Amino acid sequence: MSGSTAESAEPAAAGVPVPSEPVAELSNITRLYRMGDEEVHALDGFSFTFRKGEYWAIMGSSGSGKSTLLNILGCVDRPTGGSYRVRGQEVADLDDDELSTFRGAELGFIFQSYNLIPQLDVLENILMPVMYQDEVPEGIEDRALELAKRVGLGERLHHRPMQLSGGQQQRVAIARSLINDPALILADEATGNLDSKTADEILELFDELHAEGKTILLVTHEAEVGRRAENILRLKDGNIDSVERGVSREGEGTDAQ
Amino acid sequence: MRAVRLGVSSLLLHKLRSFLTTLGVLFGVASVIAMLAVGEGASAEAQDQIRRLGSRNVILRSVKPPQVGDEDAEMRVLSYGLTRDDFERISETFPGVDQSVPVLQTPAEVRSGQLLCRPRVLCTPHLFQSVTRRDLFSGRFLTEQDEASRSLVCVLGYEVARFLFPFDTALGERVKVGEHYLEVVGVLNSRLPVGTITLDPSSEAGGEVFVPLSTGRAYYGERQTQMRSGSMDIQEVQLHEIIVAAERDIDVPVIAAACRSMLKREHDEKDYEVIVPLELLARAEETKRIFNIVLGSIAGISLLVGGIGIMNVMLATVTERTREIGIRRALGAKRKHIVTQFLVETMVLSGAGGVVGVGVGLLIPWIVERAADLETIVEPAAPILAFGISVLVGIVFGLYPAWRAANMDPVEALRHE
Ligand SMILES: Nc1ncnc2c1ncn2[C@@H]1O[C@H](COP(=O)(O)OP(=O)(O)O)[C@@H](O)[C@H]1O
Ligand SMILES: [Mg+2]
Repeated sequence: MSGSTAESAEPAAAGVPVPSEPVAELSNITRLYRMGDEEVHALDGFSFTFRKGEYWAIMGSSGSGKSTLLNILGCVDRPTGGSYRVRGQEVADLDDDELSTFRGAELGFIFQSYNLIPQLDVLENILMPVMYQDEVPEGIEDRALELAKRVGLGERLHHRPMQLSGGQQQRVAIARSLINDPALILADEATGNLDSKTADEILELFDELHAEGKTILLVTHEAEVGRRAENILRLKDGNIDSVERGVSREGEGTDAQ
Repeated sequence: MRAVRLGVSSLLLHKLRSFLTTLGVLFGVASVIAMLAVGEGASAEAQDQIRRLGSRNVILRSVKPPQVGDEDAEMRVLSYGLTRDDFERISETFPGVDQSVPVLQTPAEVRSGQLLCRPRVLCTPHLFQSVTRRDLFSGRFLTEQDEASRSLVCVLGYEVARFLFPFDTALGERVKVGEHYLEVVGVLNSRLPVGTITLDPSSEAGGEVFVPLSTGRAYYGERQTQMRSGSMDIQEVQLHEIIVAAERDIDVPVIAAACRSMLKREHDEKDYEVIVPLELLARAEETKRIFNIVLGSIAGISLLVGGIGIMNVMLATVTERTREIGIRRALGAKRKHIVTQFLVETMVLSGAGGVVGVGVGLLIPWIVERAADLETIVEPAAPILAFGISVLVGIVFGLYPAWRAANMDPVEALRHE
């Protein structure tokens, strides 16, 4: 575990290290799709809490509800039942505009197909989430510049996405997801479109972010990618199949614990 | 401003498409301005010509009736047109008549030394000047005294004076009008001949000479003799024109009607015409009104077509950029941000079409004026109005695509390929 917020008043459960504060709390979460007479329970009423600084891989077979879960965690979709709280804020209480602002302020998105805006350059793409906030924080351009350098694109600030390789585009997307210092970074098959070497570089970037104490949720169907995460949450038919904690410790024991 | 810049950069991703899209509005705006300018110019010119006839006047004119009888006759006298009796009836019995001025025209040549010209020689009393509102260039016009004493004097039109006396003042000189010498007592300012609206084929546009009516009758008579291809052509016209000036504008239609019925009663054939500048003016204004309605409809339709074109393209753009909309929404854009974005893009398109359209619309009248020698008038309001409409078109036809974009489900939009 990252050591930034180790002190919690809550007594720790047996076998689990001192839990940090909750970031995303799902309780009895359901997502129902109605197709005519048929009902699909994409999420079937489970509860789960993601805590600060955790790095989770969300896995499961196709149709198990990974994307649905990620959409709800990302506040682009609303649950049909149950409650979802981010940093204590009940998402159901927010209207469409508030939810939009909330997404821009509290969440970072990384997509499989990068999803950069083609007519904007690297720097503008990184700044995108901030531009829709009601108040633009001071010095945000410097921060964007720093992030660009951090992901290795300091030399390509004014390139358009078309002029970048897939790996580079995904780096821009990662920088973009960090611009607002989000409570939660949500990545959907972030390495799915990349060759294994480039994917590895991206995953190393995630490791770094994890080491810095960021909370990361990564949806993947690749076991190899899942193993890189700290914990694995497996879904099956809209329910939790299994929870594995502390999986990725083999070899590189860089983390102090 | 940032929104506009971003809108422009989105549009520049598809340069040709954006350009083609603006063409509809461009031509719409340009045609509004150009057609208005040409229309205004034409109607201003027509109205100006009509006003020169005097809006308070009714003009009666003799017209040679269709020729009947023996074409080969060596000598014959054709008698037609307005009579002295007509004039008496009008000036003595018609109500509302301020003045009535008879004009007798004589086909005399006018000479000074070696120089010879054939202007219209108009024999008319002194009232002519005030009724037709002609300005003096120098000297004086004919007077009551000239009329009473059949003076051998004349007043030259400016063109005639310049022709006969190119280097000198014509005042005090003697010119030979027909067989008689007349002293020039005045020169009138230049002006297009009165008859340009209804072209009188017998008139020689190119100048006028005014002689007292009494002098004209005494020295030249009412027979106009002209040699034509060997045969003598003799016409007898008592009066070529009677200009009736009304006291007030509202008297004009009454007088016109009275003249028409009187002439119809007194003349066996239609050897006259009645010209009412006020009626012509009203007709010209009506024509202009219809013209403006037609023009407005055409312009409206072309702008509508332009707008529909823009809407069509924007709808396609919205569909094409569904994913972009999803990304923006996921990253924190509110509905209003998306609406603004697409509305701005549409307005940039139509506004650009409008600006270029105004440019083209101003250029066309400029070219027309030089190439076709037509008067054009660009009202200052026309470009402003046309540009305003183009922006309005952008708003109206941009709203629906923008609304569609803003109401997309972010999840669906993100999944869109
Ligand atoms: N928009 C939708 N309409 C209807 N059913 C849906 C929709 N999205 C997902 N589902 C259903 O919900 C279930 C979970 O889907 P999803 O979350 O996409 O699974 P995964 O991402 O794990 O493959 C599937 O059975 C799928 O068919
Ligand atoms: Mg999926």
